[in-house]
Amino acid sequence: MAVEGARQDQRLGLSGWGRTYLPGVEERSEDLAKSSSDYPLSRGLGRSYGDASLLAPGDRRALGTTLADRILSFDDQTGVLRAEAGLCLAEMNRIFLPRLWFTPVTPGTKFVTLGGMVASDVHGKNHHVSGTIGRHVTALLVRTGSGKVIECSREQDSDLFFATLGGMGLTGHILEVALKLEKIPSRWIYAESYRVTGLDELLQLIKEKGKTWPMTVSWLDTVAKGKSMGRGILFVGRWATPEEAPKKAPRPRPTLKMPFSVPSGLLNRFTIGLFNRAIYFSHVPQTKRGFVDPDQYFYPLDSIHHWNHLYGASGVTQHQSIIPDPSGPSGIRRMLEELAASNSASFLTVVKDCGEEGEGLLSFPRPGMSLALDLPIKANSTEVISRLNTIVGQTGGRIYLTKDGLSTPEDFKNLEPRLPEFLRVREKWDPKGKIRSAQSRRLMGK
Amino acid sequence: MKAVILGGTRGMGRSLARLMCEKGHEVFLLGRNEHDLRRSAVDVRERGGGVRNVGWAVCDLEEPDTFDGALRQADEALQGFDTVVVTAGLFATQDHLEEDLAFTRRMLTVNFANTVLFCEHSKKRLLERGGGNLCAFSSVAGERGRKPVVLYGSSKAGLSAYLEGLDHKHKSDGLNVLCVKPGFVKTSMTEGLPAPPFAGEPDAVARDVLRALERQRAVRYSPGIWALVMLVIRLLPRFVMRRIGF
Repeated sequence: MAVEGARQDQRLGLSGWGRTYLPGVEERSEDLAKSSSDYPLSRGLGRSYGDASLLAPGDRRALGTTLADRILSFDDQTGVLRAEAGLCLAEMNRIFLPRLWFTPVTPGTKFVTLGGMVASDVHGKNHHVSGTIGRHVTALLVRTGSGKVIECSREQDSDLFFATLGGMGLTGHILEVALKLEKIPSRWIYAESYRVTGLDELLQLIKEKGKTWPMTVSWLDTVAKGKSMGRGILFVGRWATPEEAPKKAPRPRPTLKMPFSVPSGLLNRFTIGLFNRAIYFSHVPQTKRGFVDPDQYFYPLDSIHHWNHLYGASGVTQHQSIIPDPSGPSGIRRMLEELAASNSASFLTVVKDCGEEGEGLLSFPRPGMSLALDLPIKANSTEVISRLNTIVGQTGGRIYLTKDGLSTPEDFKNLEPRLPEFLRVREKWDPKGKIRSAQSRRLMGK
Repeated sequence: MKAVILGGTRGMGRSLARLMCEKGHEVFLLGRNEHDLRRSAVDVRERGGGVRNVGWAVCDLEEPDTFDGALRQADEALQGFDTVVVTAGLFATQDHLEEDLAFTRRMLTVNFANTVLFCEHSKKRLLERGGGNLCAFSSVAGERGRKPVVLYGSSKAGLSAYLEGLDHKHKSDGLNVLCVKPGFVKTSMTEGLPAPPFAGEPDAVARDVLRALERQRAVRYSPGIWALVMLVIRLLPRFVMRRIGF
């Protein structure tokens, strides 16, 4: 079923998940192949944080894909699913989990579309083993800026295929996606979690557990100081075997809805510190284990609709970066210190060890440690992001465009040596520059 | 149920076809575009677990000559259907319809005359086998003559009256006639129009309709709140209706 309330209140214009609004309206269509020639940009559920799904200045209408959500074929021998780009992951899970098929890679929310997952080349808790979603995509149908509808894959027009994986929708409208699903042994996850007293121990443990566990992720307390700096909780998991899994299927869980926007000033370093401390100390005993519903395991925040309203009207930005391996601990430590120095704090902070680099031309993950910081937007947010970017640049790392709304073009050029090649392919398929977003205008100039 | 759905490739019809197949009912799709029918048939089948085949046939509500053949194909594929649903129809805003009288004529013909003809064809087949369910999507726009939906509403008013008469006449013959009256629902048909309060989602309408079919109801407003809204609207005196924009 479509996500209820997915359509935004359009009086204010369009916004991403971070709730910064820009002018424009979304017009949804059931027939993307027919409608897409008239639009500069497609958008799915608007879950990217910054301006990736918003319109460049002067553009007025974006094509909404969520009504184009048909399954076009499914082969239960190979697991290859082909569907229209607007199919929502929540719906895909609802249909295929009971048949013991699951997306090979899932982001931290199920309220994303298939097209959005490809455009962001999303990664998940299993990145160190399974890579990004792009690795499992077998073909794409794209309407390029020059108006052609192209079926592309690793064998056919591969430059377009690789530029579209993680290409933020800038190579054309993604119309259809073919994705190889993963056969799972049961409908349950076996999970363990450990409370860890400091950053070095945490980073060491996540690496070590990654050798034997297919899913790892950790939460970090960014406010604790001194020896406790970077303390956190490490979560690991794997699909449960049919023998050990509970016999009953997981029950659908009730969802709550944020009833109102919390006043913006309420989240500051002090209150976030209290909240982080509460999470840390409520994890008792030190090690927990058990069987968990995949919904709860992969998407804990989805149980509260509109949780972004927690950040009030001024919204939130996320800074997600990856620090290449040897510099991991020192890079993350420097970013946490930077937050303290600028009196900022991250409400929810996530650290994940990443594996091999994806095939997408602008795909985010590469071997190293990824740090995601949720930062309530304040007057100094742009400077804070810029200083964080400087640290990332010094370690040779990069940032995730899906989260970004505030980086400068200079920062982005420094962080992204792959940009010229991406722009070359983009121009080849769209010589007149018809496909564009607010983000591409901001970071790439067009 | 063994259901034929005319309009099952788009909007509320798409949601209903998916839901019925998922709940174990057999579904046969009718629509005017073969490419769309093929795609939707796979979609509906996979949402039903990939176990029940979903058939389809071309049937254009603008071409009454296609009705009988399409229903015969559905009958053969389902080995005798017991439920017929019509969700197809045409829509445009009052301003657009006043501008484009050629389209207005098409809209009036499709929504009233041809839908009635299609129901007559279906009714005949259902009565021959001792009854069944006949369901058509009318609209709350047909409840009362109103400024924003003078033309569209009148086509739906006619349809509602026809369905009510059919219910009175054939209930005792085992024919359950269901008139669905959706309020504003967020589908591609209404895309671009400002959504009023109580705007519904197509999946929620589908759940309401399936429940109404199972309980053999004659009328179903969806979302349900529209029953109350329209009750008030029906009671408003004419001099008030002339002065409000609703």
